Amino acid sequence: MTDLSANSAPLGAAQRNHLRRRNRHQLMLQGFGIAAISFAALMLFILVSSLVGTGYKAFTQTHIQVEVFVDPEEVSVEKLPRGGFRDVLQASLQAQLPEVSERADLRRLEGLFSNGAQFRLRDMIVADPSLIGQTVTLRVPMSDPFDQLAKGLVKRDTPEAQRRVTDQEIAWFDRLDQAGMITQPLNWGLLTNADSRFPELAGLKGALVGSFWALLVCFLISFPLGIGAAIYLEEFAPKNRWSDLIEVNINNLAAVPSVVFGLLALAVFIGWFGLPRSAPLVGGMTLALMTMPTIIIATRAALKAVPPSIREAALGVGASKHQVVFGHVLPLAMPGILTGTIIGLAQALGETAPLLLIGMNAFITSAPGSPLDSATALPTQIFIWADSPERGFVSRTSAAILVLLTFLITMNAIAIYLRSKFERKW
Amino acid sequence: MTTAAFLCLFALAIIGYVWNRQAATAIRRDGARLHSLVGFHGAFSLLMVLVPVLVVILLWLVLQGHVIDSILKSGIAARLEGLGTGEVQLIIAEIKSIAGGTIFGTPEDWKLAAADRYLALNVRSGQLMLVVVTALALGLMLFSRRKVAADFRARHGVEHIISGLMIFCSVVAIFVTIGIVASLMFETGKFFAKVPVTEFLFGTNWEPQIPLREDQVAAEGAFGWLPVMLGTLVITVIALVVAVPVGLMSAIYLNEFAPRRFRAVAKPFLEILAGVPTVVYGFFAILVVAPAMRGFGQSIGLDVSPNIALAAGSVMGIMLIPFISSFADDALSAVPQSLRDGALGLGATRAEMMTSVLFPAAIPGIVGGILLAVSRAIGETMIVVMAAGLIAKMTINPLDSVTTVTVQIVTLLIGDTSFDNPKTLAAFALGMMLFLVTLIINVFALRIVRKYREAYD
Repeated sequence: MTDLSANSAPLGAAQRNHLRRRNRHQLMLQGFGIAAISFAALMLFILVSSLVGTGYKAFTQTHIQVEVFVDPEEVSVEKLPRGGFRDVLQASLQAQLPEVSERADLRRLEGLFSNGAQFRLRDMIVADPSLIGQTVTLRVPMSDPFDQLAKGLVKRDTPEAQRRVTDQEIAWFDRLDQAGMITQPLNWGLLTNADSRFPELAGLKGALVGSFWALLVCFLISFPLGIGAAIYLEEFAPKNRWSDLIEVNINNLAAVPSVVFGLLALAVFIGWFGLPRSAPLVGGMTLALMTMPTIIIATRAALKAVPPSIREAALGVGASKHQVVFGHVLPLAMPGILTGTIIGLAQALGETAPLLLIGMNAFITSAPGSPLDSATALPTQIFIWADSPERGFVSRTSAAILVLLTFLITMNAIAIYLRSKFERKW
Repeated sequence: MTTAAFLCLFALAIIGYVWNRQAATAIRRDGARLHSLVGFHGAFSLLMVLVPVLVVILLWLVLQGHVIDSILKSGIAARLEGLGTGEVQLIIAEIKSIAGGTIFGTPEDWKLAAADRYLALNVRSGQLMLVVVTALALGLMLFSRRKVAADFRARHGVEHIISGLMIFCSVVAIFVTIGIVASLMFETGKFFAKVPVTEFLFGTNWEPQIPLREDQVAAEGAFGWLPVMLGTLVITVIALVVAVPVGLMSAIYLNEFAPRRFRAVAKPFLEILAGVPTVVYGFFAILVVAPAMRGFGQSIGLDVSPNIALAAGSVMGIMLIPFISSFADDALSAVPQSLRDGALGLGATRAEMMTSVLFPAAIPGIVGGILLAVSRAIGETMIVVMAAGLIAKMTINPLDSVTTVTVQIVTLLIGDTSFDNPKTLAAFALGMMLFLVTLIINVFALRIVRKYREAYD
């Protein structure tokens, strides 16, 4: 056995220093790499935690529960659906706070209720007029400043002049709170209400339905078109200048800025075809044009992954080229195609700019009933809320983003599951 | 009526399928040898009915609005004489809303009559479409039924139709590009009829306000795109300053040094960053980054604008990190193993192998990726719409507020439908420039990436 170290000359001090320096460089490079990844991770962490930190508060909503005596003098069957519902509500609070009697104070007292409270009461009584003259228990959202106060977003120690609620209003609030009238249940309204000017009433229903229609249209157009184009290019097209042109075209389309697709939709779909503005149909068609290249590229990759032996075997037993592709290659490539499609649709769900240009940022207080009605979509709703000056919309925006991210993560998880479950290694 | 037409079409197509299939089965039962399987005879009828009639319905739906409008206009031509296009559009819109059931005030009798006429025309168009669709579908069904014979090559027919459909699908991509170019050129042409090209390309003033009165001073606004382009460049440069070092370093680490398990965790992690919608990044910029930068700037005595360009740019940089990192990773992985082995065999440390062999060899791919990132940054919309400013200034100060091409496009077009004032058209001119610039960069970058990949494959 030979001792290697004995054969080589011992390292001199200069060489040792040199080696140490080289190793230090290696450590430095690794350090930079770790720092870069940590930076990216830190940013992702700050992004998510700031969204969760501001958004979780919008998942509950401060409600006030009041015993309302439906005064026959204010509300009568003949005048429905009109009536003094505000006065009735106001009286119910005055019963709790008897010392309030000034007109201006009474009006401020009314401000504890959300603006939607009177309509809730009205709808209840219209549905059942026998309630007139009786006392009903009503649980309605509080208006935004008090919602913020209950959640601690309006600080009590800021000077009164800089606060949206006065000291007196805080005192009222605390007394009602001690009486057990104020609760913070889960805010289902966030998902079941449509948009509203009042943060405490605003919800995502319109946006969810609008996004659903837009994605459905997008899928119905881009999926067949994308698969058809991919099959043709991958399996049938002769290699010539035309197929090269189409290929370059598709690669470039995938990199065209999304706002340009919005311009195209505005000029062609709305300007020339005369389709309605703000409609999920137009939104879906625009998104389809953007999703198509993604689906084409994913489908081609999936088709390419099917080994030639499958094709040769099918051809060998006498299948036609079409039968080979549609009977054997396409079914084997389907998991890959579906994965690519879902990822493409997830991108389309988050796309905002083209939808802004075709007017899907309109203020609409009801959910669309068909793809031709005006609507918003989830990302445009986020944009509208982010632009709103009311403080209550900050946490609603974060909450809406969390809802959007939940959808995206779910879609991507499905895609990953499909890939791992059905992917075949040949 | 449209739904009825579709239902009728689908019903006839299915009937055609069953009918042809049965006819073919009958022939086979009689002892003849069919060229194609019975299913192909059915499918032949299905496609023969479905495809042409579907095209007819879609064309009908696209064109019917225009035809009805022009009939409507010719009916009330005497009333519309001498009015501008805007007023005519208003009257037509009013008539349509009356027809739709929303009446404001008491409209003139002729408008009510026109609304009735409009409704009647719509109904007649629907009926006519139903008749045409049914007749055409029946005709095609009979045609394909008569084709059924023992030696009829139904499979070839079906395959031809399907090939045609697939070719159509692939050509759609070209149509889209042509559509983009044509619509942008058309509207840009109208814009340059109102604003000289030289003013747009070389002007240093961007103030696209619409005039409230005809005779207002500076009624046309100013349409020099240089400050807008400069703002775009400022934000792009900031984004790259953040994204390129971080992206490259993480790619180098993941590609060469990271333990396999760490790599398996870190790569999907970076992909999450890439999957976050840009509107979320925009909100992140105004919620967290901009206030933090402003607070920091003020605490050290700097004058910081609320819509600080640095915030929009750096958030865009975060968005681009995974983009650059995955391109660089691909480029590094594409370098052949022999180069790595050679460098290590000569006694290089892994860091030396990376910096003096792998990285230089991967440079073209990395540059291609960075170019694509540049085009993404220029075309990125939501982050800058939410976090950057609206006013165009000739400045390269990253602490100031700047505006970008995409911000201007969006703000000029939100809530505006008329296609004849320079403000709206300016958005299309900017869109044209945006499309051209990104197209050139993309073509160039894709060519570099592809050529380089082929060189090592």
